[in-house]
Amino acid sequence: MLDRTTSITLVLVLGIAMVLAALNQMAPVGSPFHVPTYVIALAGKYLSFAMLALAVDLVWGFAGILSLGHAAFFALGGYAMGMYLMRQIGTRGVYGNPELPDFMVFLGWKELPWFWHGFEWFGFAMLMVVLVPGMLALVFGWLAFRSRVTGVYLSIITQALTYALLLAFFRNDMGFGGNNGLTDFKDILGFSVQADSTRSALMVISALLLAAQLLLARFVVTSRFGKVLIAVRDTEARTRFLGYRPESYKLVVWVLSAVMAGIGGALYVPQVGIINPSEFSPANSIEAVIWVAVGGRGTLSGAIIGAVLVNFGKTWFTGALPELWLYALGAMFILVTLFLPKGVMGLFSALKRKPKRESAEAKEALP
Amino acid sequence: MSEADTLLYLDGVTVSFDGFRALNALSLVLEKGEMRAVIGPNGAGKTTMMDVITGKTRPDTGRVVFGTDLDLTKLDEPAIAQLGIGRKFQKPTVFEPHSVWDNLLLAIAGDRRPSFSLWARETKAERKRIDEILGTIRLGDHRDRRAADLSHGQKQWLEIGMLLAQNPSLLLVDEPVAGMTDAETEQTAELLREINETRSVVVVEHDMAFVRALGVKVTVLHEGSVLSEGSIDHVSEDPRVIEVYLGR
Repeated sequence: MLDRTTSITLVLVLGIAMVLAALNQMAPVGSPFHVPTYVIALAGKYLSFAMLALAVDLVWGFAGILSLGHAAFFALGGYAMGMYLMRQIGTRGVYGNPELPDFMVFLGWKELPWFWHGFEWFGFAMLMVVLVPGMLALVFGWLAFRSRVTGVYLSIITQALTYALLLAFFRNDMGFGGNNGLTDFKDILGFSVQADSTRSALMVISALLLAAQLLLARFVVTSRFGKVLIAVRDTEARTRFLGYRPESYKLVVWVLSAVMAGIGGALYVPQVGIINPSEFSPANSIEAVIWVAVGGRGTLSGAIIGAVLVNFGKTWFTGALPELWLYALGAMFILVTLFLPKGVMGLFSALKRKPKRESAEAKEALP
Repeated sequence: MSEADTLLYLDGVTVSFDGFRALNALSLVLEKGEMRAVIGPNGAGKTTMMDVITGKTRPDTGRVVFGTDLDLTKLDEPAIAQLGIGRKFQKPTVFEPHSVWDNLLLAIAGDRRPSFSLWARETKAERKRIDEILGTIRLGDHRDRRAADLSHGQKQWLEIGMLLAQNPSLLLVDEPVAGMTDAETEQTAELLREINETRSVVVVEHDMAFVRALGVKVTVLHEGSVLSEGSIDHVSEDPRVIEVYLGR
């Protein structure tokens, strides 16, 4: 049932994550085999981004919905996790208030806003990680798809969506820490978020959830549902005259994708230690689209590879030549669009086919 | 003719686009099991008529009655398609990335909801039906090919096959032989006659030779209403038809 590419991607994602975590935990510091904790944190970040990329590829590659606002769902999932982590700080905050997070004390608030209640429970927070992006996607998608908003118009309103959220979360009155966002986390489920072992565990959990998401996405796109989805992507009118309702197909995959992005965001926050409104910035969503384009649109595995490759490049570039990163990203997007329309995955399959074609040409060359 | 024999009844249908009357109080009756050819010069309203029947365009006035009492003007495209009205587009429109087999599988009548299609497995009945249709549309040897790799004529047939898979009682076919070779045109006429044995068919066509080959009742549209109706010989001798259409 599993195709080769998906199996290889699964093995790579899980294998590398396990090896890195093991070398971080088992190999003593100073030994050449020791993997420093900052590498673990980076890997965890890349894996979270890969979930966002996978979510973008699911809607863009298979339903033709070019979302330029997917980071909004990622950030909402992140905020839900951040709220749980804030509530875990308790009296260890600067102001030592057992109930209110520091920024609320600073703003002079006397009690916890109603929407912060419940986030002290991990289970509730995890439910919100799924529900908040899912519900927003449901309402947004229901309105947009029912009105048959498609193509570039849809892309523009997704961009507007994330921009509106960016502005809203910047406001202190919103109750999410304004400009500074949520940070200074102490522990998660009783484990210190700073501890090497917690970081390794979070990174491995990210890898496991990414693998699960890849399997789920694979199941969806290879089912009859997925075939209808591809049909809707290419020839929406035809599906309608066959009796399908494209809007319900788009809505299902759109909500699923938003939830997947939200889970990515929830894992991102404890591993980078902060969530602030800049996660909603339109550029983030566009970057996620570039990861998918680089990896190969409509391939799922490609989205993961693209997210890891581009972010690896970003880490290196912003260290070595920080002012050139955005130019490099733009150039990469143009080059991929021009020369690798199917991304890195297209390059792989072209390389695999090449020997055959050469032998065929050799045959033709014979008199 | 009794009412029970009527499959489709367009009753004074008017559609205007920015003041231009694409259909002007058009009335038309189609009997069960009938094949009808609709001809007319460009802009006569043929495609708009198809759009109204299939729910793509809502008329300003008039009714479209399907069967005994269903008013199609109240329904949208998927609902009308599920009632059993299939439509073939002018340009062959198939799902190019999918195989011929999958194209037919998606068209096969059944539950169209995501909650069904997510878990759906191909059934024996579905396989049997697809095999039958592959025989009818003469694409049995091409079942595993991608639809994108088919010739123009083969795509037209695949689309007709998809309509058959929907199991409709009425087929609307827009210019099925445009761009076909003579041999393909002949085979298409044969295919439509075969389909007509069990279903009603409306064919919109420009190709007079093809309409003559079909040998069915012809409706001539002009400026959004019926100009003449009858056998091909009858309408081609009608002086009004000669004036607006054939004479040019």
